[in-house]
Amino acid sequence: MKPTLSLKSQRTAADLCYNPGHSRNIFNRFLTLIAGVFSLIAVIPLVLVLSYVIIKGVSRVNLALFTQLPPAPGLEGGGIGNAILGTFIVTIIATLIAIPVGVGGGIYLAEYAREGSFSRFIRFGTNVLAGVPSIITGVFVYNIIVSTRLIIGSSYSAIAGGMALSILMLPTVIKTTDEGLKLVSDNLRKGSLGVGASKFVTITQITLPMAFAPIATGVILSISRAAGETAPLIFTALFSYYWPSGTNSLFDPIATLSVLIYNFSIEPYEVQNELAWAASFILVVFILAMNIFSRWLGRLASK
Amino acid sequence: MPTGDQKELYLLRRRPAYEKFVDSSFRNITISMASMVALILIAILIVVFWGSIESMGRYGLKFLVTSNWNPVDNEYGIATAIYGTAITSFLSLLIAIPLGIGTAIFITENFVPKRIRDIIGILVELLAAIPSVVLGLWAIFVMEPFLRPLLTILYNSLGWIPFFSSQPMGPGITPAILILVVMILPIITAISRDSLNQVPISLREAAYGVGATRWRAIIDVILPAAVSGIAGGVLLALGRAMGETMAVTMIIGNSNNFSWSLLGPGNTIAAMLANQFGEADGSQVSSLYYAAFVLMVLTLVVNIISQLMVKRLSLKY
Repeated sequence: MKPTLSLKSQRTAADLCYNPGHSRNIFNRFLTLIAGVFSLIAVIPLVLVLSYVIIKGVSRVNLALFTQLPPAPGLEGGGIGNAILGTFIVTIIATLIAIPVGVGGGIYLAEYAREGSFSRFIRFGTNVLAGVPSIITGVFVYNIIVSTRLIIGSSYSAIAGGMALSILMLPTVIKTTDEGLKLVSDNLRKGSLGVGASKFVTITQITLPMAFAPIATGVILSISRAAGETAPLIFTALFSYYWPSGTNSLFDPIATLSVLIYNFSIEPYEVQNELAWAASFILVVFILAMNIFSRWLGRLASK
Repeated sequence: MPTGDQKELYLLRRRPAYEKFVDSSFRNITISMASMVALILIAILIVVFWGSIESMGRYGLKFLVTSNWNPVDNEYGIATAIYGTAITSFLSLLIAIPLGIGTAIFITENFVPKRIRDIIGILVELLAAIPSVVLGLWAIFVMEPFLRPLLTILYNSLGWIPFFSSQPMGPGITPAILILVVMILPIITAISRDSLNQVPISLREAAYGVGATRWRAIIDVILPAAVSGIAGGVLLALGRAMGETMAVTMIIGNSNNFSWSLLGPGNTIAAMLANQFGEADGSQVSSLYYAAFVLMVLTLVVNIISQLMVKRLSLKY
């Protein structure tokens, strides 16, 4: 009886030690290694793309890049000034449309909507709209605005491009507004209503300012997304080799960085390809800056 | 006892009419803004459907299975583009799912210090911010030339398999698949990470308590608990892969000749739209709308399933 017991306890004691040769420990280390390798692979594309964009883009950055127009095929020099300006114009138009509609919709969902089929449908629709391919948005805006010449008879225009981009921004803005407002403590709302403020005053003076940071985060993120979009612009804003001139420019085709990259990347001229890399560099710097800014803002908000 | 004057003080102030008006119109404005979403969504469906009616009537379902795209003879079929869309999104998912979930596990477990994990997480999220047209540019000038010798080896050794049966000459389906992997990896990683983070710590502790090793716990307890979110993220990524346009257009070669080969050029529905929609006329326009309608329905179905899945499968803790 006694020996058996001691034998058993010996075996147990040995088992309790970590045995690196045991199959389950080998399995564990193997999977850990795989997970590590996978995350390394996941990071590589960003590093590669960024380093190429920087290497090929920076060498072309000079003052002329910002102040001159793209050269005609076969000519040297030139810049992408009109495309930089155009990206700003189109993105601002999109933002001016998407903010009121998106924030308004978000306010409705968070502050007014009761749990009903309508609000559920809107939330569902927001998610579905976020999944609509961006090229379809371009086809849609082309159909209702460009081909019908709905806006004072202009066909391809900066406004049409801005509208297409605003459709892409809308779901993000609505969702972040909705979520941002829901984070605001209900006590604030009740307090405000309790001292006699109307719902309108409560929302505009109390809850919206409280939710400013998360909403701004979402808006900036969606702007950075929109600035890089190409597919909705290629048959709405089209492209232009000239400077946008005056107020008329809103109703004319306009150059944007993203469409410039697309057009110039498939041209057989070295000068154009270099400009595409330079445009990528500027676009990526702009977008990453916006992205990091929104991240910082989001962290500020959560503190 | 309050006198009459004091009583006045306690009387409720009636809200002036203009204030009520502001209040109710603000509400109505927000309702109409919210309705815009539904309106836009329905309008997109109607517009795309309306445009495709002519082509639908002429070609019917044959449109989906024939592959000649010939504006001269007015013959249209999108089998090539459907094959391209299906094969690129399927294979890119196949590559991106293990990479994405592996990365998500790596940055939610404590294999390496939190600082490093946070940096990996941020880098993967920044990858999502790179515009697809920039990825396309990179694919044209960097990835594809680098890949070509490797693909040529594949062609030379395995050329008898239909999938590798054409000489890699430049743009093609394989580079398109790889660039799609780069684009959907951040989606899968981010959503998997969020789902894994939401698994309650007690489940993990219980698994460790009954003697599971770390990876036993991950495989048998934590991943199953997070599966609904991960599956939703995978479907979301599938929708994105099917609808992705620019990077794919730039690198896939835009050929309408049907071929099984992954090494040669192909087409996707989205790439086809980007390439031809601007210059199309006549019945080609309607056929492109029909193609857009097919793409729209495919992505809608995937998106709706992904939403239902997240709702249906989500475990309640």
